Amino acid sequence: MPDLLLELRSEEIPARMQRRAADDLRKLVTDALVERGFLYEGAKAFATPRRLALHVAGLPPRGQDVREERKGPRVGAPEGAVQGFLKSAGLASLDQATIVTDPKKGEFYVAVIERPGRETLDVLAEILPQIIRAFPWPKSMRWGKASAQPGALRWVRPLQSIVATFGPETETPDVVPFEIDGIVAGTTTYGHRFLAPEAIEVRRFDDYVQALERAKVVLDVERRKDIILHDARDLAFARGLELVEDEGLLEEVAGLVEWPVVLLGSFDAAFLDIPAEAIRATIRANQKCFVLRAPGTDTLAPAFILTSNLVASDGGLAITAGNERVVRARLSDAKFFWETDKAIRLEDRLPKLDAIVFHEKLGTQGARVERIAALARELAPLVGADPDLAERAATLAKADLVTEMVGEFPELQGLMGRKYAALQREPDSVAAAVEDHYKPVGPSDRVPTDPVAVAVALADKFDTLVGFWSIDEKPTGSKDPYALRRAALGVIRLLIENTVKMSLLRDGYQAAADGLRNYGDATKNDTSANEVDPEASSLLAFFADRLKVYLRDKGARHDLIDAVFALPGQDDLLMVVRRVEALGRFLETDDGKNLLAGYKRAANILRIEEKKDGRVYEAAPDAALAARGEPEERALAEALEAARDKASAAVAAEDFAGAMQALSTLRAPVDAFFERVTVNADEPALRTNRLALLNALRAATREVADFSRIEG
Amino acid sequence: MSSASPLSSAADLAPKTSFQGLILTLQRFWAAQGCVILQPYDMEVGAGTFHPATTLRALGPKPWKAAYVQPSRRPKDGRYGENPNRLQHYYQFQVILKPNPPNLQELYLASLDAIGVDLKLHDIRFVEDDWESPTLGAWGLGWECWCDGMEVSQFTYFQQVAGFECAPVAGELTYGLERLAMYVQGVENVYDLNFNGGEGADRVSYGDVFLQSEQEYSRHNFEAADTAMLFRQFTDAEKACRTYLDAGAPASETERHRMAQPAYDQCIKASHVFNLLDARGVISVTERQSYILRVRELAKACGAAYLRTAGGGAA
Repeated sequence: MPDLLLELRSEEIPARMQRRAADDLRKLVTDALVERGFLYEGAKAFATPRRLALHVAGLPPRGQDVREERKGPRVGAPEGAVQGFLKSAGLASLDQATIVTDPKKGEFYVAVIERPGRETLDVLAEILPQIIRAFPWPKSMRWGKASAQPGALRWVRPLQSIVATFGPETETPDVVPFEIDGIVAGTTTYGHRFLAPEAIEVRRFDDYVQALERAKVVLDVERRKDIILHDARDLAFARGLELVEDEGLLEEVAGLVEWPVVLLGSFDAAFLDIPAEAIRATIRANQKCFVLRAPGTDTLAPAFILTSNLVASDGGLAITAGNERVVRARLSDAKFFWETDKAIRLEDRLPKLDAIVFHEKLGTQGARVERIAALARELAPLVGADPDLAERAATLAKADLVTEMVGEFPELQGLMGRKYAALQREPDSVAAAVEDHYKPVGPSDRVPTDPVAVAVALADKFDTLVGFWSIDEKPTGSKDPYALRRAALGVIRLLIENTVKMSLLRDGYQAAADGLRNYGDATKNDTSANEVDPEASSLLAFFADRLKVYLRDKGARHDLIDAVFALPGQDDLLMVVRRVEALGRFLETDDGKNLLAGYKRAANILRIEEKKDGRVYEAAPDAALAARGEPEERALAEALEAARDKASAAVAAEDFAGAMQALSTLRAPVDAFFERVTVNADEPALRTNRLALLNALRAATREVADFSRIEG
Repeated sequence: MSSASPLSSAADLAPKTSFQGLILTLQRFWAAQGCVILQPYDMEVGAGTFHPATTLRALGPKPWKAAYVQPSRRPKDGRYGENPNRLQHYYQFQVILKPNPPNLQELYLASLDAIGVDLKLHDIRFVEDDWESPTLGAWGLGWECWCDGMEVSQFTYFQQVAGFECAPVAGELTYGLERLAMYVQGVENVYDLNFNGGEGADRVSYGDVFLQSEQEYSRHNFEAADTAMLFRQFTDAEKACRTYLDAGAPASETERHRMAQPAYDQCIKASHVFNLLDARGVISVTERQSYILRVRELAKACGAAYLRTAGGGAA
């Protein structure tokens, strides 16, 4: 079966776009083929800085013949109908149609259309230019003379040549005949820009890969990554060092070379005074080099690994020397930043934060720091932190934003603050909180456990959430520019994983809103004690949604979360989670399953009867009436009263397992009730009382959750 | 000590031994590619791109090839002569080719070879760097060109200038001359560069030429520049630009604009004055954006006017 080889050779493709582009190319071409009925055995795409390549194996040489019968009008139908039929079937006259006789409909015309399968080569010649013209690059450009005309080809960088061949393994393949903006598909490509500048003739995929390899191009990015990683490890090992591995950097570097040549450079050990993270950040971000460390330690070595794209005639001496020069200059800058930063105490930097606008409607960073400090102080007792330390940590938490180092490497925010705080002899918990108050960033990040850090982290996130809520910048759909979902998840993880009990509305929302009073309109409607601010309920609902996502990842059922949140006043996330857990365990027992079934039955009967009667049975059941009825009726009445009191007391004591236990005593009397007692008794008073009993069951279960939200 | 003697040998003007030799070599190289070799624009600009030979000539359909040195002023980058790499006044070598020839990358590499960068020894890389000038309403795609890990040039395919699509696209090369010279001369401090190729008493260093002015202008940019005057100048330039555009505006569809370039000078002026105000720290974060927008509006208006001139390809 024949194969397709496609290569699109261009000027240097940004590293970050290569992998996606290869995937897109494979998908677009194979989808277009399948859509036209051309199945294939396998397809693989590749990318280097200078080319995208695609191999589609096992295509048929031509498509399948298609035979189609199209029914036409009756024989003797009006001229208009006949003409319409001829036109749609592509026939010149009725002579080309056959006449078919049907016992019911009589005689009518049928057109038999036979289309021979198209040559795959022709189909490719049609598909490929369309795909190339509409290729989904994140950013594309025009170039050269052709760009004077509207509709000129766009590509990520100028497209230089196209190889497109199709044919079986045993024969010379055909060139797929197409041309785009003057670029004619052919069989010529070029290897490495410097190491093999001559033209290469290729036929099919196998010899293409080999020819490129000879011309110093490693086509497969995974192989380039392997080479870089192994050579880097080996070079490090030979020096008694260990590579600090970095998958993101490896991927990027592999996208910057066609023929990786790994070299080791070094720098003056005096630079190791600079914090290791800053050394790594500058060498990584600016030079795209790896750092090294002493094996098994976190101590950086004064050396780095660079990946060049050249087998240099001097063995890489000049390249290494050049890179060392640049690294030296970069580290000199970093050292200068570090020394300059150290000379100014963090608290002396605070006035500068007043000049930085955090958000137009929410004031400056300086104002934000004041709010967070006050809030951290308020939250401190709830998390077991010293209020003075929490306030101090919050006051210093953002000061590193105006240091030289963080100005240069924003990703070091927090970390540099911690270093500077430690240097000025702040208490350990304060220094740690300066770094950790940003955490957790996302679902897998570490959650701080030190109470001071927890207080500041909560204050930071509440200020953000309540602030943006108050100016109506809530996340919508896929848009969440201020990462509010992440902040809410952070609050959830901080509270749950540190088992912190607090009222989100009072301790979080209201406290933050009080601080924000002067910004936006967080508290435009000062809420009295009994009234829930609509912004607050909307934020609480947002937390409930985020909590569902968080618990779902941990395997909890979302209906149970709904069942708990449906109860009034559920704004203590730790309690919600404990209740959900207890409920989940309860519903896995036989008692729980049967009680739920009994509840559903009771709720159903109530729904029907309440609708029929046009009233709600809310009154407490009458013990005397129950005593007059069946023994099961009396037993249930007694059990309900006892269970409800017990469950309520257990909930008050935050003993959710105990509350479930109390409910579980209802199972037997409920089952017996439904077994023996007819709810719709003839005597109206008895009927009413029995319905009231069912309602009492509904009410008793509401002590732990709204069972109506539970599925199953 | 030999007495002063005229510099004689060609080696003195070799690109690897003198700053001026580097410039002369690049000029010769690009002259051979058919570029007109222009002299610097006689106004203060932040980058070679501001030169009308790039900004305005990139507009419209007419082919254009030019190369020139442009002193570039970045008031904020002043370091009082104390930083070995940063200057508030430095030189860019600018090449503009419209439309870009298909082998522009090869030409660029050949120019590196011409100034003594041996492509068999040095690792040259094209690393993604998309260029955007908010004040000029311009953007393009291209790369930073790295030599052994150091950025030595910017390579851009202009897609839009002054808010107008480039048709055809121009290729722009910008060489950071000091950095490149430091590299080929093997010098770690810009002020140690050999400027004239002379040795001993004849040697003139970059520091001899520019150290004092770096110190003085740093003082000026950060401490002394008269902000009241600068604010006035910004408003004046903005007003003048509009006035000249109005005065030169075509009276009918068929006529040309008659004063696009003098108007554009005022746009350049406004841009530089803004940079000075910015360095003085008197423009707040929020105001900053609005100043940039005001300059961009001028640039767009000038671009529109230029497209109505002969140079811009108007009939």
